[in-house]
Amino acid sequence: MNTTFRALMGACALGALAAGASAETITIATVNNGDMIRMQGYTDDFTAKTGIDVEWVTLEENVLRQRVTTDISTKGGAFDIMTIGMYETPIWGANGWLVPLTDLSESYDVGDILPAMAGGLSYDGTLYAAPFYGESSMVMYRTDLMEKAGLEMPKAPTWEFIRQAAAAMTDRDAEINGICLRGKAGWGEGGAFITAMSNSFGGRWFDMDWNAQFDTKPWKDTLEFFVGMMNESGPAGYATNGFNENLSLFQQGKCGMWIDATVAASFVTNPEDSTVADSVGFALAPDNGLGKRSNWLWAWALAIPAGTQNEAAAKQFIEWATSKDYIELVASKEGWANVPPGARSSLYENPNYIEVPFAQMTLDSILTADPNNSTVEPSPYVGVQFAAIPEFAGIATEVSQEFSAVYAGQQSVDEALEKAQALTNDAMEAAGYR
Amino acid sequence: MARAVTRNRKIINTAVAWGIGLLIFFPIFWTILTSFKTEATAIADPPVLFNFHWTLENYSVVMERSNYGRFLTNSIIIAGGSTILGIIIAVPAAWSMAFVPSPRTKDILLWMLSTKMLPAVGVLYPIYLMFIRMGLLDTRLGLVIVLMLINLPIIVWMLYTYFKEIPGEILEAARMDGASLKEELIYILTPMAIPGIASTLLLNVILAWNEAFWTLNLTAAKAAPLTAFIASYSSPEGLFYAKLSAASTMAIAPILILGWFSQKQLVSGLTFGAVK
Repeated sequence: MNTTFRALMGACALGALAAGASAETITIATVNNGDMIRMQGYTDDFTAKTGIDVEWVTLEENVLRQRVTTDISTKGGAFDIMTIGMYETPIWGANGWLVPLTDLSESYDVGDILPAMAGGLSYDGTLYAAPFYGESSMVMYRTDLMEKAGLEMPKAPTWEFIRQAAAAMTDRDAEINGICLRGKAGWGEGGAFITAMSNSFGGRWFDMDWNAQFDTKPWKDTLEFFVGMMNESGPAGYATNGFNENLSLFQQGKCGMWIDATVAASFVTNPEDSTVADSVGFALAPDNGLGKRSNWLWAWALAIPAGTQNEAAAKQFIEWATSKDYIELVASKEGWANVPPGARSSLYENPNYIEVPFAQMTLDSILTADPNNSTVEPSPYVGVQFAAIPEFAGIATEVSQEFSAVYAGQQSVDEALEKAQALTNDAMEAAGYR
Repeated sequence: MARAVTRNRKIINTAVAWGIGLLIFFPIFWTILTSFKTEATAIADPPVLFNFHWTLENYSVVMERSNYGRFLTNSIIIAGGSTILGIIIAVPAAWSMAFVPSPRTKDILLWMLSTKMLPAVGVLYPIYLMFIRMGLLDTRLGLVIVLMLINLPIIVWMLYTYFKEIPGEILEAARMDGASLKEELIYILTPMAIPGIASTLLLNVILAWNEAFWTLNLTAAKAAPLTAFIASYSSPEGLFYAKLSAASTMAIAPILILGWFSQKQLVSGLTFGAVK
């Protein structure tokens, strides 16, 4: 009797353990980008392999940033995995808020991650987030309009050529703007573009003593060139245009050129959404002969907040989602053009992927961006289109608002630079950098 | 002497009222219309009004991708729960302020209202930390409490205004007839203030339904209401306006229908005591 009872109890306990193991659930916070949504669709594959259920919290990028920052800084534990970018990763890694990804399995092949991505997602040589997809920026242009203008786009154009081509392609009567660029306020919108552009003009945010550099010639040259070119050849109201607005203009055939994120290439070449899908060419982001191009570097990556109760399951998910096998899975179901780009070297050695029209240019763009050496003059910060310090987002948003006011014709370049210089120095002084 | 309203004036007034009504409704109309377009048609320039290929694909994608039922259930529980809890607390509070005022009643009322002027983000961290310690993060109960507290000043103010319109002599008479405080509140005051309480209730449901800051910041996967459902379809890197419109339409439909059926009660409650 006693033995039977014990056996029954043991069976119940085992059953409960098994049920507990299969019912393990991880919660993932992510952004509503095409590749992320696609990943959610394949969650069943992960659950079938591991028995781990996944709950998704999908939010708009800025909402997500605020939400996960609140949670991680208070050790709230609402999420087991967070989708974060290159800006947050080194800062949060330095604060000890993230689990270091030092014990990933051998089959995961961490050495296959593109060095630029691994560098941008590390702090002090330790990887804190695994890239799901990476991007740089490049020139996307209309081959038919370029031909009509009698010009040929070089693989690595200069800003002077871009300005000249933009003017030649502009046809106001046909509602064609030679060039479309971001002017919208926000550190991740127009702020990111103008910072990357200033790198190619010899500009930088700070000198080695963290003094703001908006009173230097390179920044004045950058802004004057940008405003001059956009007034000549840009769309009306470009001060409020961001990624989506320019994507919409380009897809409707209203832009001769667009310099923006490499992930846009799959949108503008998709015949279901784009009216110009069959006449799009690609080139590296322009330079000014100073040794730095104007392309940025970004990755959306998966990281584990320190203190999560489901660390092992979270690691299993990250290994699955950022693996070579996941890329193969997407390619087999939706074609090579739809796999998450810019994260793994092996993807660009794959002959199937190299046939995708924008694949090589995306890789070349990523390889020319170096977050540890992004400026002509030495700078004390890591990051291409941002400085990886906690204060940057707030300061850069204010600075980009001043610049957008110039684009809208509300103030002069000199006034905006003077204000940017003062507010940046004030903020850096208050934060104890100076 | 009341001024006679001429026929022309009536026509002008009606036209202006319709014009303002249509202007207010236009964004909702455009959202609903966009939800039936393809992504390419949604961004067409010039915009297409009716002459496009109507599709239900966005709704089917949204239904496939999101657990709409769970978001909807959370919204109903959070909006309904916070409203009922708020009314239970606000009726006695407003009664005491309206019928047994102290020299500081006006100051207290103003102070209560002033808390609405506090930027929500200013208290995000203290409330978030309290929620973690009390185990209320990502729970419906937590949101019911927070939304009740946020809307309490408005509920008390509205009920106070309605109660002030009720003659105190009626309550006095009830007391003289031997009614206890509880009976006075339940059997005399509440029935007389039903239109006011109903409109307060409806307005509070609408406010709680639409509240986005706290519902986004204090939830994750379990207690997220329809505001989080909409936020999950907004993207700065990709044109998904048609899907976003479909999600928005699905999120606002319940409250729009509720508002449509209860508009008479809402208007009569809001204008309660306005004309003497």
